[in-house]
Amino acid sequence: MNSREITTQISEAADSLNLRKWDYGASFSNDYSVQVDKGEAKQLKASQKQILTIRVWNQSNLVGITTTSNISESGIKKALRQANIASDFGNKNESTEFSPLAKDPIKLKEVKKRSPVGIKKLLTLLREAEMKLIESHESIKSVPYNGLSESFFERVYANSDGAFRSFSKSQAALYLYARAEEKNNKPRSSGSVKLGYGVDDIDIESCIKEASNKTISHLNYSSIKTDKYLICFSPESFLTIINAFSSMFNARSILDGVSLSNKNSIGEQLSTKALNIYDDGLHEKNISSSPFDGEGTPTKRICLINRGRIENFIHSESTARIFKTIPTGHAGLGSKVSVSPDWIVVEKSEENIDLKTSLDHSTYEGEFVYIEELNAIHAGVRASQGSFSLPFDGWLYKNGKKISIESATVAGDIKYLLKNIVNIESSQEVTTSGISPHIWVDELSITGDA
Amino acid sequence: MLSSQIKSNEIVFGSCNKDLLEKIISYGIGLGADFIEIFIENTDNSSVLAEEDFITSVNPSFGRGAGIRIFKEKKDGFVSTNDLTKHGLMRSVSQAVEMLDITDNKKRDVFNGLNKHRDYSLSKKKWINEVPSIHEISEKLLVSTKSLKKNNKIITRKGSYSRNLQEVIIASSDGTYASDIRLHQTVGLNVIASDAQYRSSGSRRFGSSGMPNEFRLWDHEKAANDVFESSMNMLYADYVDAGQMPVVLANKFGGVIFHEACGHLLETTQIERGTTPFENKLNEKIAHESVTAIDEGISEGHFGSLSVDDEGMEPEKSVLIKDGILKKFISDRAGELRTGHKRTGSGRRQNYSFAAASRMRNTYIAKGEYSKEDLINSISDGLYCKSMGGGSVGATGQFNFAVEEGYLIKNGKLTNPVKGATLIGEAKEVMPKISMCGNDLELAPGFCGSISGSVNVTVGQPHIKVDSITVGGR
Repeated sequence: MNSREITTQISEAADSLNLRKWDYGASFSNDYSVQVDKGEAKQLKASQKQILTIRVWNQSNLVGITTTSNISESGIKKALRQANIASDFGNKNESTEFSPLAKDPIKLKEVKKRSPVGIKKLLTLLREAEMKLIESHESIKSVPYNGLSESFFERVYANSDGAFRSFSKSQAALYLYARAEEKNNKPRSSGSVKLGYGVDDIDIESCIKEASNKTISHLNYSSIKTDKYLICFSPESFLTIINAFSSMFNARSILDGVSLSNKNSIGEQLSTKALNIYDDGLHEKNISSSPFDGEGTPTKRICLINRGRIENFIHSESTARIFKTIPTGHAGLGSKVSVSPDWIVVEKSEENIDLKTSLDHSTYEGEFVYIEELNAIHAGVRASQGSFSLPFDGWLYKNGKKISIESATVAGDIKYLLKNIVNIESSQEVTTSGISPHIWVDELSITGDA
Repeated sequence: MLSSQIKSNEIVFGSCNKDLLEKIISYGIGLGADFIEIFIENTDNSSVLAEEDFITSVNPSFGRGAGIRIFKEKKDGFVSTNDLTKHGLMRSVSQAVEMLDITDNKKRDVFNGLNKHRDYSLSKKKWINEVPSIHEISEKLLVSTKSLKKNNKIITRKGSYSRNLQEVIIASSDGTYASDIRLHQTVGLNVIASDAQYRSSGSRRFGSSGMPNEFRLWDHEKAANDVFESSMNMLYADYVDAGQMPVVLANKFGGVIFHEACGHLLETTQIERGTTPFENKLNEKIAHESVTAIDEGISEGHFGSLSVDDEGMEPEKSVLIKDGILKKFISDRAGELRTGHKRTGSGRRQNYSFAAASRMRNTYIAKGEYSKEDLINSISDGLYCKSMGGGSVGATGQFNFAVEEGYLIKNGKLTNPVKGATLIGEAKEVMPKISMCGNDLELAPGFCGSISGSVNVTVGQPHIKVDSITVGGR
């Protein structure tokens, strides 16, 4: 069945069950991936997947839901019946409706959908990449984690009110994670990830170069003394921390009492005035962009922090109704609708006079810790409390030298961090989760074992 | 995109599928595969969430799919599909063969048909009717969240339940033919406490496998008291000072550190990648002589237990470390093929869309001779980690774990609660420093995410003392 046929099938089955109000989201995907081990194919994978999530509203306007991978006539009927049963337990405390924007026109950008290159080409390209990475430096002995994949998928949203949205696209990913070893030293690892609409869009050479340079740069390592340091966050690491605490801008989290913000936090000065943060799922550099969310609401750019103040929250249909605003295109589709950011854009605002612009990661000669990548986010972030304690990969810059830091953590409080930003560099870098410049923060605690 | 509508010759759960499976396997072997394995599943899951005094989410789901894996020498091709028709499964076999570029089909392995069906599901078919209904679950969750409301400092209360029922059929060209039904239930309670600028959280999760009545027996009052007490103890806690110090790790979920920091390094997938420091250490001392560690899938009712693994092998009890000496690795079929370590009944996967890999089941440090008090009394200045949060292990073996509930140890006594602690180290260096094991071994359920997805496991240990470890803080 194609997506139109599924919609018809659901509509007819719903009629037969006397279900007048329903919506659904579906995804269909074909994925191909390869892994190699020292020039040999290790695992080659292909998968065909389909997932359908149906919501129904019962006569008391309570919502029930069911998810299934069985998109056949019998599977659809069973899903509707189960959703109807589940609706008896629908949330009586917070109602759910169709998004008022589910039928709004969407400005469809050029669809950058590529054709599959096939497993054999994926394998050839990854073998070559692995070999080049190993040959790039004598200390790089293996690439234990590697993969090249391409995915082709279609997403659909439709409802009984006549809304119907569908889009399809392709995406490819390459990751190379190398391991370097030198006599009498511990092994060191680092890597690189690149995304593209198709395999041919991925800059494989730059992925190899980045993985090699990062890995080699960690060979000269040392422990760091536990203390407070001036920190420079890489664009990737700063975006990681902002995403980890995105519940500050999330209306669902606010209503659930797990956010540091509350309903009245709009306008609160959260950081230095020099900081602007947007969520921009449709940004041209966002390979994973989607034109609509799980409820069919069009995706759009929204300002979260303007000159350091909270400007907007992100919403689903129900949170928007409670906050007396409109949905922002950040909803999932679930029994309880989740809300999450798409693609964060960090930039320097026009009110940046207080920044210490001499702090530039490529020229600054004083002592500082450069945090390249934060790890173990799921374990080290207490989003509802604002605290974090996270291991990281990075370097200590001291006396004109750069030394890789061996197993250390950075700890602090997100509000302290945002208020103690001392510089936002001008140049932004694109990462897989958004765009940000390098961000400098004063006086964060680092624990090492020196 | 299309989903197949072909209805003839389809896999039917609860029926004999032997002929169809043999045809598909014969087809793959005929195309030149060395080995072919078919894993088919049918799932029936549901989850319920209670927040404050309302049920806010009921989420049923069901599905089916197949994962087909073909080996040619040491490489493998894996294809997953939702199409369980003969046509769909054969198409997947062709795709896997094509991916592996198998052109030499002269040297064919012989497939002599499937062995006698090992049906582990016979006594389990009634489970679906014995598990609690959504209504029953909702009632008990609401009572549970109500009992978390012990004072006005508790600002959020949550109770969650999930039930996964998975019916599996496993068949392979070595004759393996087995089927099983697995039932896993978990229930958890979470609170956030707040007073002025102070905030804390508390959580506990319980889980079982193969025990449909277990949720009814769950002592929600005790669980609620435990979670409440933990959040209150931590509400006004100071941040811990960072440094090197001795620590005592509590039993039950304290075992997550051994699981993450050492257990994963004993999986053959790590040998395949060359990322374990223990690769050539079999029969050598890798831990303090007080440490014996076990991984098994046979303890009745525990979250990581199995009747049969996802490659059709009955799980064994594997003594990984005996008195500090490395004795065994955790191995699956690909691990045996590529590293030579015998399979241990540990081939596991989240679902049909993942190829099985060597994964832990119920993994724990065996009990020792000391009491908890003996361990604490032996420390003049250190940290007691009563409750652990999650953690991670890097590609070169460094680990870090958040301490959810910690207390300072001063002169052999527990004193102030502290927050923000992280334990940092490397398995190779920490294992020899586990100098004392308590006599109070207990297990706790958890989910482990790795190469073949998220699988149910238990972690466990008695109270243990680590002589020195880096504690991250402020």
